[in-house]
Formats: sequence, structure tokens, C-alpha cells
Amino acid sequence: MSSIRMNQDDDAIVHLTFSKPDAALNLMDSAFIDDFIAVIAQLQKLDFTGIILQSDKSSFFAGGDLDQLSQLQPNQGSSYFAQLTALKKAMRWLETNGKPVVACINGAALGGGWELALASHYRIALDEGVILGLPEVTLGLVPGAGGVVRMTRLLGLKRAFPFLLEGKRCSGTEGFDIGLIHRLADSPEAMQAQARSWILAQRGVVSQPYDRTDFSVPGGDLDDANVVALIALAPAQLRLKTHGTLPAPEAVLAVMVESLRVDIDTALKLETRYFIKLATSQIAKNMITTFWHQLNQLKAGASRPPSQPNQHLTQVGVIGAGMMGAGIAYALANNGIKVVLQDVQLEKAVFAKSYSATILTKRISRGQLADNAVGRILQRITPTSSSADLRGCEMIIEAVFEDRGIKAAVTKQALQAVGDDVIMASNTSTLPISSLAKASSKPERFIGLHFFSPVEKMPLVEIIKGKLTDDETLAAVYDLVLQMGKVPIVVNDGRGFFTSRVFSAYTHEGMRMLAEGVPAAVIENGASQAGFPVGPLALVDEVSLSLLDKIRVQTRADLSADDKPLSASLADQVLDVLLAHGRKGKLTGAGFYDYPNRAKKHLWPQLTEIFPVHDDWHIDTVKERLLFVQSLEALRAYQEGVVTSCRDANIGSIMGLGFPIWTGGVLQLVNHYGVEQFNQRAQQLCEQFGEQFAVPQILNQWSSVT
Amino acid sequence: MIPQAFIYDAIRTPRGLGKASGALHEVKPIRLVADLLNHLQQRNQFDTKSVDDILLGCVTPIGEQGANIAKTAALLAGWDNDVAGVSLNRFCGSGLEAVNMAAMKIRSGWEQLIVAGGIESMSRVQMGRDGGAWAQDPQTSLNTGFMPQGIGADLIASLDGYSRHDIDSYAVQSHLRAAAAWQRGAFANSVIPVTDINGEIILAHDELVRADCSLANLAKLKPAFAALGALGFDSVALRRYPQVEHIDHVHTAGNASGIVDGAALLLLGSEQAGVQWGLKPRARVVASAVVGTDPTIMLTGPAPAARKALAVAGLTIADIDLFEVNEAFAAVVMRFMNELNITADKVNVNGGAIAMGHPLGATGAIIVGSLLTELEARGLQRGMVTLCVGGGMGIATIIERI
Repeated sequence: MSSIRMNQDDDAIVHLTFSKPDAALNLMDSAFIDDFIAVIAQLQKLDFTGIILQSDKSSFFAGGDLDQLSQLQPNQGSSYFAQLTALKKAMRWLETNGKPVVACINGAALGGGWELALASHYRIALDEGVILGLPEVTLGLVPGAGGVVRMTRLLGLKRAFPFLLEGKRCSGTEGFDIGLIHRLADSPEAMQAQARSWILAQRGVVSQPYDRTDFSVPGGDLDDANVVALIALAPAQLRLKTHGTLPAPEAVLAVMVESLRVDIDTALKLETRYFIKLATSQIAKNMITTFWHQLNQLKAGASRPPSQPNQHLTQVGVIGAGMMGAGIAYALANNGIKVVLQDVQLEKAVFAKSYSATILTKRISRGQLADNAVGRILQRITPTSSSADLRGCEMIIEAVFEDRGIKAAVTKQALQAVGDDVIMASNTSTLPISSLAKASSKPERFIGLHFFSPVEKMPLVEIIKGKLTDDETLAAVYDLVLQMGKVPIVVNDGRGFFTSRVFSAYTHEGMRMLAEGVPAAVIENGASQAGFPVGPLALVDEVSLSLLDKIRVQTRADLSADDKPLSASLADQVLDVLLAHGRKGKLTGAGFYDYPNRAKKHLWPQLTEIFPVHDDWHIDTVKERLLFVQSLEALRAYQEGVVTSCRDANIGSIMGLGFPIWTGGVLQLVNHYGVEQFNQRAQQLCEQFGEQFAVPQILNQWSSVT
Repeated sequence: MIPQAFIYDAIRTPRGLGKASGALHEVKPIRLVADLLNHLQQRNQFDTKSVDDILLGCVTPIGEQGANIAKTAALLAGWDNDVAGVSLNRFCGSGLEAVNMAAMKIRSGWEQLIVAGGIESMSRVQMGRDGGAWAQDPQTSLNTGFMPQGIGADLIASLDGYSRHDIDSYAVQSHLRAAAAWQRGAFANSVIPVTDINGEIILAHDELVRADCSLANLAKLKPAFAALGALGFDSVALRRYPQVEHIDHVHTAGNASGIVDGAALLLLGSEQAGVQWGLKPRARVVASAVVGTDPTIMLTGPAPAARKALAVAGLTIADIDLFEVNEAFAAVVMRFMNELNITADKVNVNGGAIAMGHPLGATGAIIVGSLLTELEARGLQRGMVTLCVGGGMGIATIIERI
């Protein structure tokens, strides 16, 4: 029993200590499951007063073994079913043998760990450092060890929804408030003492509420009028959020309701069947690959030069107090970094600082922040109009207008004020970094730092290495992004880098379809049904047609200087027509959509006159075009060395661009289809809709994208 | 020779407002049926022992409408023990389904005299309380796109471009036509007042009809399904209909069918049964049809059902003199008229469920009676009854006067 230690104390209480050998965390892997079943078999022959479940790690239990799960193939379903059935039987024995069982939760109890705790009669948690929850659904899975069944019976459908459908986590004290935790303890010793005294105080048979004859589901049984209404509505509410792209919350909802129609043992069996179905599905593999493995790798520094020591910056200069500058200043200050916020106009810099105050006030009103934190955070931002005040900054982030001339001037000025050793980061979404670096006397200290708008909400930062950027600079910037609580991806220089390039593929395909005669509503609804948060036309409106035009003009100028003129595409023609009608985007109230005051936006009615529609469209093709066009562009970027790992591409596409999460990202989509099928489908699309679907050579060399 | 299925009589209760303040709320559903059974017997003087079966539509067959209300009502009415009964549920098509099945039984030659109709006391047994997997099993709901009907109606209006004004105008016409029909006594021979145990009249007319209904009044009503749509059902609809940018929620309590209590019965039989009891056939059932359609839009069944029934009968749309198309929602009837190119002067000429209400299980039977009465009044020959049906179905019946 290597992963569980068993002792019995003087009061005949059995202590089961979870203790995975040579590991920082307890995991519900095959070895643990076997050990647990064996322990229960042993207990069945033993005389004891009660059982205490505990951990000797800093956390209680980390959850399922995702490495093992991500390997699970459909043909292994039946053996896994048998293993889970045996595990659940053992857990059922724990809660039905009549003796008191207490879980002492000393830290995170997630997934399988929380499910073990749920099978106890009494749950004590430390009042600090405890996180409870079932995050399975966020990785495309259904909790598989009784979590859905027990949470639904303990909380009722409605209160269990956030925990099960969204994977919401809560602290020990929050768990105590809603009855998931029976008692809080202020130290591990106190927790032990409480557990022992509770066990010794029990008389007679101890059982779970749902095993008693007087049990009724909190919030009402299935024939309660409110519950009937809730169940009728819940699938539609889910659709509104997931657009039918995520099987996991749908399966969880199904298990929740079906589990209440039958006895608990049958319910646990149903849960296992859904679990197997999901665990062996491709979408779960997509999500585990990207949101577990690849995201953790990036957070652990996978795309950072390993030889460089970790850096911790304390003061950063931000030049340019527009939307982006204001957001960057907030994100820095909020994470403990001092900011000198410089703009040519002092009023603008001061106003940009007030943006942080607005965000903080909102967070206080939502109860996310203590009142007294505001002053401390705001105090870190110094607005100024003088470059000289930048002196002392360890890094400068330039966030001025996307114009080479202005950026060059600002760079020179800043370096003059601070000294040319300072790291100079340019927040640009499109301008090649190596050419911007020419403005610096030390181009090896120059780097691109592409923040997404709104900065305070968007979790991604795209780091762009210039041709001459050195490792020390890259490491410093990578560490800063992590310090800001954001996720860094690292890409090489190139027009549009990685994310803007893939973004353009999306918006251009949307506009191209419009020019072809696909109804605008079909394009936008197709995007939504594919799982994109915003349709391509609405997205163009958001960034504004005039900005796209400016970028286009700059690109043309750059390319013609390089003697590579840019040909006008169908998408360009759409842009031209809209601009000719004075439709510049959302800010001006008119783009592909109209934005009436106090009413919802709606598509500009004249679109159908300008771009006559045909009815030879297929929604699945629309969806595939929007997905494939981005994956193919990402593959091209990979082939050209702009992006150098799948994780940067996948995480970048999802966290920066809103690429649908069910895909696991823009390159994982290829694995979703399988390289061969993806290739074939891309070729068909290429023949039908154009060269944007041409398959890059690199794909022919791969059997899967890793 | 296949025997003909004749309609010998058609009666109904008045329709009472389907809430606690409605006149029929105090009357048990079984009492509505039992009293109608006795009226039917008294009007036609047959021996109840000779009735082969009672088929009753009931859409929420639980509680006091549950089990088999057709047989229990026959017992309460004091009918002979020999009479069988069955309750059936084809949602809003139930009352017409009962008529159609009765016609089929008679045309098979196996049975001679049948009572067919329907019952729904919506004030006492709330619509939807019988559950069912479509709404109450998430997996089924998600896989098949479960939707409340009203959003399907709003979807029809959005697809076809019916404005709130168009929809309300249709509703006003329904009220004005119904009021006029009542005024001239069009329903005098078919509506049987509901009385209490002392013989006192509880209700003698349809409680919902408003002769003073106007566009201005209807315009004040709030869209009934906008909130449900926003909670998620609109996105379910758009999944099937991506060409719609957003659903225009035009239906209100004023331009959709009223929630009411009511019952209806028809006496159908073979020629031989008529001869035996000295009954004069008023019409024959020419053809019937049921179809399935897309469940999400749900309410587009009438046109395909009508076409199917016409094909069975070997008739064309021009052969039909009058139509009764259930006014579940205004857009349903408007879509039907557009699709089959039928003018408004042939459809629901005495108003419909928007003005008089839609007691779910009974309506199909009620409007067969309304159609027959009006064909007789106008001296016309053929008519068609059709209803949209929940879950994405349609039902239609063609009758012809003798």
C-alpha cells in the first residue's frame, strides 16, 4: 500500500494517510485506486471506531491522473469501467459501513481528492489555504468518482450548477458557509483533535443524509414545480454559454438530472458511463493537452531561455497613456510593480491613471478587493509628461500609436533619458520588431511585447523576439509577464507576428464570405456555433475598419519598399466598400453593424444590397472555413519559424484570439481531425474557396502535431 | 366497399378563462365531459350500450385528468358498462386525432358508433406539468433542440418577416370575427352551457372574446417569450436557423391562443349506426393526415399535413371551401395562408383560439364542429381542419357535407 498509510490509534480510530511516494501531490492514479480498494478490503475485516482521511503532503489531494487519462483510448473503456466501479464500491462502503468517517482537509482537495472527501460523513478544513472543487469539466471531463452524484444530492441542482457545470472552486470557509464543510480548524493539530472527538462522540449507525429515509433533495425533488422549470431551462442556458461546442458540461448536466431519478448506486453507475464516454473523447484530449500540459509548461517557463536567472522587476516605465498604456500600467501596479506613466500631455497620463482607479472601484464593489488596497496600488503609478522621470526604470514599455516614426522618436527619447542599457519593449500588434529595433542603439535590448485589449482582462502577452534580441532580455520580459499574472508566449519576428496574423486570417475569411454572398447573419452565427466568442464581422467593427485600413496602408508601404507589392483580396474590397460608405466601426456607431443608442447592435440592413446573398451556403462549411483558415495560417507561421512550438500557438490562439476552446487551439485542431483528414479537408476547401486554404508543406511531414 | 365515417353531431362547452378567476375553474374536468356525454345522448337518443368506444384527447393527462378520463367520465355519466374509453395525447392535435381515429375505426368496419372529442381544464391541471423527456431530460433536450412553442412562433415571424403590427392585426380580426359569430348565434346549436348541480348556468358563452379588441390595446402587451429567449432558447433556435440574426419576439398573450377550460364531443358512426338510431349524417370524414416537421420551429406542420390529407383525398387546395387552422399563435395561421396561397376570407371565418381560447386536448374536436356548422350555414361542401402540434408535428382532416 505505497500510496496510503494505515494506522490505528489507541481509540481504535483508523488513520488513512494519503502519501504518494516520491511526489509532491497525491494523485488518483491506478496505483492509488488499487491501494484504496485493498485498504477498504482490509478494513472490512477490522474492528475500529472510525476513520480519518488525511494527507501528509502540503495539499490534501490533487485529483485525477491526467497523463493517464489523456492516453485512454475508446477500446480501454471497459477495463476502466471495471476499475472505477470497484473504486466507487469501496467509497460506498466507506460511507455505508456505519462507522464515522472524517476527512481532514489540509490544503487543495480537487477532483478525485474532493470526491474522496465527499464520501466522508464529516469534512473538516483548515480555515486557510484550502481550495475545493471539481475542475474536470474545464478539461472536457465529467467527475468520475461520485462527484456529480454526491454534490447534486448534497446541494440540489441549482446550487450545484456552478461547481459542476463551470468547475467553480471555493475556499474552505466558503465551503463551510454552504454546508460542504462541516467544521473549520485553525491548525492541523486542532483539525486532528476535532476529527477524533467527533468520531468518539458518535453513537449508533452513522450515515450520509442521502442514505436516510427522510432525505429530500435540497431545493426540491424532480417533481417540484421550480425544479421542473429549472430543468427545462438549464440546457438552453448552457447552450447560450457553450453554443453546443463543449460536451463536458452537457454530460455533467445530464448526469446531474438522471442521477436524481434513480437510487445512488445506479446513479454512480450512470456517472461512470458518461465519464468513460468523455474521457475517451477527442475533445477531452484537446483540452487536457492544451489547458493542462501546455499551459503548465508555459507557466513553468518552457518558452524562456533556461540558462538565464529569474528576474524580478520593481519599476517599469510605460510610454503612451492611451487605452493600452493605461491598461498596462494597471496590470503592472496591481501586481506590485511601480510604474512611471509618461505621455507628452500630462493630463492624458493623469487620466490614464484614473482608469486604474475605475477598475479598482469596480473590483471593490464586486467584493474582489479590500477598500484599503486601492491607495496602495494607485500609489505605484506616477503620471508624468517628462521623459526624465523614466530614469531608474528597469524596463520601458512603449505603447504609443502604431506608427514607425512616432515609435522611433519615443524610443530614442526614452533611451536618452534612462540609458541605453534599459530593456525597451514595444507594444505593437503588427509592426516588425527588428525594424523598430533600428531606432535603438542596443537592438539586443529591444523586444516586442504585444498586450491584448482590454489589458486588465486579457490573460495573454505575446513576446516577440527581434533578430538581435538577446536571451537576457527575453528572460526578463518573460518573467515580467508571469509577474503580471499573465501567460507569455514567445514568437519570432515577422509581419503580424503570430496572433495578429492568425487574427487577420479570421476576419479576412469572414469578409471574403460576405463578398461571396454568404448572408452576414450566417457568417456571424456560424462563428458563434463553431465556438468563437465574437463573429469576424463584429470583431472587425470592434478593432475598427479604419485601423485595419491603416495597417494595410503601412503593410503596403513596407512591402512595396521591399519590392513585394500586396495584391488586393476580396476582403480588401469589402473593407473598401464599407469605408466608402463611411462605416468605420463600432466607435463611430457604424460598421458591419449599426449601433443604435440604448438598443442592441444589429447588422447593417444595406449589407444585403451591397453584397447580394445566395442560399447555397452550409453552416458546417462556414464553421470549418473560419477554423481551418486560422489553423492553416498558424501552420504557415510555424513553417516560417515565427512560432516555434505548439503550446505557444495553441495557448496564443485561445487566450489571445478566442479560438474555440474545444479545439485545444489552432494547431491542436489538426490533431482533432487527424493530420490526414485535416489535410484532405483543407485541400477541398482550397479547391472550392481559394489559396488561403493551401496546405503548408510542413504538414506533410507530420503524423500528428506536437 | 370501405364504410363511410359519418359525423352525426358535434357539441362543446363554452370556453372559460383558464385561471382561478375563470368561470369554469370550479368545474371538475370529469364533470365537463360527463355532462357533455349526457347532452350528446339526449340530443341523439342512442342507447349508450351501442357505443363502441369513447376517444378523448387530453394533453396533460395527470392528476384529475389522469389515468383514463374517457372511461371514468362514461362511468360518472351513468353510461352503460359496456362502453369502452381511451384517452390519447397528440399534444394540440389530440382532439382532432380522436376524430380521425374514430373515423378510421368506423371505416375499418370493426366498430359502428364512437364518441370522439377532448378535454382540458387548464386552470386546474397546469400545462406542462406532465413532464416528459423532451423538456425534462437534458440529454434529450440538448440533442433535439427542445424549445418552448412561443419561440418557434416568433421564429416563424422572424423568418417570414411578420411585424408585431401584422401579428396584432391578425389577432384583432380573430376577436372581431368571433364576436360577430356569437352575435348572430353561429354557435347556438353547438355550445352547451355548463350548469351546476342545481341546474343553474355557470357559463354559456366563450369568456375570452372581446368585441372591443383593438390594435391600440394589443400594442400595450409585452412580448411573452423575449425573456425565455434571452435566457438561452433564442440560441437554440439560431442553431437551426443561422440565417436569422436575432429572433423578433412579436407574440404576446394577446396574439397567441388563450389559456382556457373546455371540452368537446362528436358523435361519429357508420351509415348502419345512423339508420339504427334514426340519425341524419351531417358530414363524412374524407381524409386525415399527420406529419412530422422540424421540432425547433415546431409549428409549421399545418401546411405539409394539409398537402398530405389532400393527396389522400385526391383533392387540391381549390376544392376546399373553408379552413379551420388552429390559432395557436397568429404567425402559424399567417404562415399557412402564405404557404398554400389561401385568402383570409376562407380561414377561421368565425374567429379562432386567439379570441376564444385553446383548451389543448379539446380544440381539434371543437374546430371540426365550428367548421361543420359554418359549412352548413353557408351551404358549402368541403372544409379542412388543421393544427400545429408540439414536438414538431402537424395534423389535418378533410370533411365533406352530405
